[in-house]
Amino acid sequence: MSGFDKVVHSYEEALEGFTDNMTVMVGGFGLCGIPEGLIEQVYKMGCKGLTAISNNAGVDGFGLGKWLEKRQISTMIGSYVGENELFEKLLLSGEMEVILTPQGTLAEKIRAGGAGIPAFFTATGFGTQVAEGKETRNIDGRDYVLEPSLTADFALIKAWKADTMGNLIFNKTAMNFNPMMATAGKITVAEVEEIVEPGELDPNFIHTPGIYVQRVIKGEHFEKRIEQRTVRPSTKEA
Amino acid sequence: MALTREQIAMRVAQELEDGFYVNLGIGIPTLVANYIPEGVKVMLQSENGLLGMGQFPTEETIDPDLINAGKQTVTAVTGAAFFSSAESFAMIRGGHVDLTVLGAFEVDQEGNIASWMIPGKLVKGMGGAMDLVAGAENIIVTMTHANKHGVSKILKKCTLPLTGAKCIKRVITELALMEIKDGAFHLLERAPGVSVEEIKEKTEADLVVPDHVPEMKLNS
Repeated sequence: MSGFDKVVHSYEEALEGFTDNMTVMVGGFGLCGIPEGLIEQVYKMGCKGLTAISNNAGVDGFGLGKWLEKRQISTMIGSYVGENELFEKLLLSGEMEVILTPQGTLAEKIRAGGAGIPAFFTATGFGTQVAEGKETRNIDGRDYVLEPSLTADFALIKAWKADTMGNLIFNKTAMNFNPMMATAGKITVAEVEEIVEPGELDPNFIHTPGIYVQRVIKGEHFEKRIEQRTVRPSTKEA
Repeated sequence: MALTREQIAMRVAQELEDGFYVNLGIGIPTLVANYIPEGVKVMLQSENGLLGMGQFPTEETIDPDLINAGKQTVTAVTGAAFFSSAESFAMIRGGHVDLTVLGAFEVDQEGNIASWMIPGKLVKGMGGAMDLVAGAENIIVTMTHANKHGVSKILKKCTLPLTGAKCIKRVITELALMEIKDGAFHLLERAPGVSVEEIKEKTEADLVVPDHVPEMKLNS
């Protein structure tokens, strides 16, 4: 089995080969489903000049917000920056290049990259800034924009459960961008909450097959910070 | 009287049909979920990967792994499904969502919408808005008719960077329900007690006004 044993036992090992100027995908939507320990490790390593592909850039002081603090990212590709003051500042000052990409186009660029499709046409963004400088085509009476796909040197993702062979299952909306990113990284590292033996996960319900995953690490600690804690009152007390 | 945010949501909710899959944007659109008419069942799609969004959780059932596109903690209803972002936007782009409700800074009489940035001032990013307006046949925009200085946001031509081109057909503001067709806004309904004159005054775009403009019915 050893060739298929993807488990690594330290964050150093998980990020072996990660260097300056790499392109890195980071899973998550807001702070939901982010690989907290892997992000922390890249922060500790201090790698610079990174091209980061992630829907958001964390919040000030947490998630990818930490990479922003150390100015580790030179180019950011994402769809929404609303909850991050430092991000907005770096964007407006031009200190960091930011390629804002519609969320669905971003997801599809990553999916396509992992699936060996170099580009695709989409109606999203036609007639807007997003389409500027891009090839467009009218197909059956509708206008489309040609969007190139994305791949990365590393994909850092978060899953709920893995087996030692790298088969993954995600939990609820913590899935988000993680499955596509798993397919688009040359080296995909999955930080998970639980690692089980092969056979313990039902093959019918694997979200990401192990072929896409090179390394699996059991996360030491997941804070799972909540951005908008919204609750309703508990129902009547007994 | 101009409608409150809740009343705008109430009017939008009247457009919901039983069996609809609906995507509600952030802000006023989110409130629509509070006014779903009796006997109408809809499934709410949240573009971060949830079909069948339920109400907010209680303190005891809060789950950081279960949020909506506004990053609020939510619950999932019976019959819900979770999926990836690529799958989510396949639903949206592929035209499988029956109704999309979203906010805007400006709309114009060509059906263009601007909602994602104000150059030099505010850059939040477009999130899923560009995909939503490109993918949906049936879109309702909720917004205020004019800014706080009285400057119209219902325009001949949008001044801000666009979210989508020629994609908006219906707009509900605190003053009016309007339809965009043939290069103009058509006034269909006015808020109770709001005069056609006031709406005309606050509309920069070409506005077609029929002889009789009924008042909105807000029953809740």
